[in-house]
Amino acid sequence: MRGNSLSINIAGLQLKNPVILASGILGYTSASLQSIAENGVGAVVTKSIGLKPRSGYSNPTVVQTKCGLINAMGLPNPGIDAYASEIRQAKALLTVPLIVSVYGFSAEEYAETARRAVEAGADAVELNVSCPHVKETGVEIGQNPEVLVEVVRKVKAVVGKPVIVKLSPNVTDIAELAEAAADAGADALTAINTLRAMAIDIETARPILSNKRGGLSGPAIKPIALRCVYDLYEKVKIPLIGCGGITDWRDAVEFLLAGASAVQVGTAVALKSPAVFKAINRGVSAYLRKKKLESVKDLVGLAHRS
Amino acid sequence: MLTAANTLRVTRVSSVRVESPTVKTFTFKDKLCAKARPGQFIMIWIPGVDEIPLSIMNVEKGEVSVAVKAVGEATCALHGMKVGDKVGVRGPFGSYFTETPGRVLLVGGGTGVAPLLFLAKRLSARAKRLALVMGAKTKSELLFLDQFTALCTAKSMIAATEDGSYGLKCLATEPVETLLKKENFDMIYACGPEPMVRQIFLIAEKYVIPIEASLERLMRCGLGLCGSCMIGKYRVCKDGPVFNATQLREVKDELGVSKLDFDGKRIRF
Ligand SMILES: Cc1cc2nc3c(=O)[nH]c(=O)nc-3n(C[C@H](O)[C@H](O)[C@H](O)COP(=O)(O)OP(=O)(O)OC[C@H]3O[C@@H](n4cnc5c(N)ncnc54)[C@H](O)[C@@H]3O)c2cc1C
Ligand SMILES: Cc1cc2nc3c(=O)[nH]c(=O)nc-3n(C[C@H](O)[C@H](O)[C@H](O)COP(=O)(O)O)c2cc1C
Ligand code: FES
Repeated sequence: MRGNSLSINIAGLQLKNPVILASGILGYTSASLQSIAENGVGAVVTKSIGLKPRSGYSNPTVVQTKCGLINAMGLPNPGIDAYASEIRQAKALLTVPLIVSVYGFSAEEYAETARRAVEAGADAVELNVSCPHVKETGVEIGQNPEVLVEVVRKVKAVVGKPVIVKLSPNVTDIAELAEAAADAGADALTAINTLRAMAIDIETARPILSNKRGGLSGPAIKPIALRCVYDLYEKVKIPLIGCGGITDWRDAVEFLLAGASAVQVGTAVALKSPAVFKAINRGVSAYLRKKKLESVKDLVGLAHRS
Repeated sequence: MLTAANTLRVTRVSSVRVESPTVKTFTFKDKLCAKARPGQFIMIWIPGVDEIPLSIMNVEKGEVSVAVKAVGEATCALHGMKVGDKVGVRGPFGSYFTETPGRVLLVGGGTGVAPLLFLAKRLSARAKRLALVMGAKTKSELLFLDQFTALCTAKSMIAATEDGSYGLKCLATEPVETLLKKENFDMIYACGPEPMVRQIFLIAEKYVIPIEASLERLMRCGLGLCGSCMIGKYRVCKDGPVFNATQLREVKDELGVSKLDFDGKRIRF
């Protein structure tokens, strides 16, 4: 049988290709997610949603530097109550898996938000334990193995769908946290979220972002993300999703070779356009043909052979 | 790619003009913005306060101007600025009006006339006919009357105020429909409060006249990344702010009806 060479299964999620929309990128409305899906993604991840609405930080929330973007949106989101109807509409429109990103200020909040997201139709949840710029959530949860374990356990206890944990590079040892998440029952890991960063305007001598500190994304973080995935592939058995600075098919192939079963793309949607998803898939397909490989699965972790 | 337009530049206010009790025009040097097309917008950083989107009202001799209505914290802070004060600029961003040289009708409300003034300057020498319908609550809020009168075809500037303090006492939609009953236009360019834009769009559809309208949504990144500014499947900061009739038809359910607020929650106009 000649199947689709790009299709891959991650923790029970059947993807027609391994390129996923990263969280926080155009992920508020069902119309927007559907429009990205039409650009050929394998799955979409929503903006991170919490239990209660949040309006985020005031502008500037994004600043471009010479090597990438720094953002501190502050997790603006309508809260899971209002977002549930968006999830239902998205489910009705989408033919690709819908992954709802979830954050919370406690393990209970993560669990309750995740439960309601799945109740509304999410095919999987991604736990944002890695947002670098909001206090008492995100990386403040994800940098402490004990807290992380509690969050993952509580979510797993109430959710019957795959639970993906999105890790932060802003820690001493990402592998320790990955192992903790895997042991607690995570079905897959996404690596990485943005790196803590800032930009200062030299004319006014002020930090540019209203929150002063934000998270760096884009090409600058790709080598770091790649190293994280490579390290994690040696430490954990669950599937990995590579994320960080991917802008073309070569980047995507590198991540697959390092051990990722799929990749997420964020900043490149702005640096290039939403057509970037199709372009990456086309490139990966051509690469497979050239290398006489049948499936992307054959690429996963190939760089680790001794 | 990482582009020069996206990079924040800090520049100084080179002139401030009072246009009305609530509107001031600010001008400053910026090489990139000086190349902008009518309909495009910029993000202005008021250091320590906020960064907000503003339509370009004019570009001339390496300088760019914006007309700002004081409505809240950021716009009031901007109104407090003097010549020599520093602001940050990103842009120009977004789509622009097509600049059709035929028989053109401009329809503006409030500060929505700012990009139309820029457009009128580009069109006045080329358009076969240039007419404007401008709406405002009251006389003092009608902007750039003299400039528009000079740019439009003779006797083609129609003003409408809700309180009747100047021109016709009605909404901008009424004189637009009266005009279209009488004569044919090749294009309508509209910018203003979205409920008004919706009505103008519906009238344009009724009389089968092409229309382009500039829309506003909450802007954060301005780069087409964060999704704060969605209308239907479109990003107002990148695919817009100027949309053509085909696109407006696609977003008809939301146009002038609902938008996303700061939480990303859908609210009604
Ligand atoms: C493409 C575009 C072009 C615009 N052009 C002009 C112009 O030429 N002249 C002008 O006076 N105004 C223009 N505006 C509106 C202007 O951006 C808002 O009036 C300004 O942001 C208000 O900020 P504030 O802090 O003074 O008021 P706030 O009290 O913070 O807000 C008042 C209202 O302004 C709007 N607003 C606030 N922040 C933003 C934001 N970041 N993005 C979009 N809307 C926001 C919201 O509707 C809000 O309810 C434009 C908006 C857009 C999107
Ligand atoms: C504007 C913006 C908003 C983001 N919002 C979220 C978010 O809500 N939740 C999350 O887990 N990650 C968020 N991220 C991080 C991205 O999902 C991704 O992990 C990161 O940007 C690295 O990938 P990239 O270089 O392809 O963008 C955001 C990134 C950007 C640029
Ligand atoms: S403002 Fe961020 S996508 Fe338009």
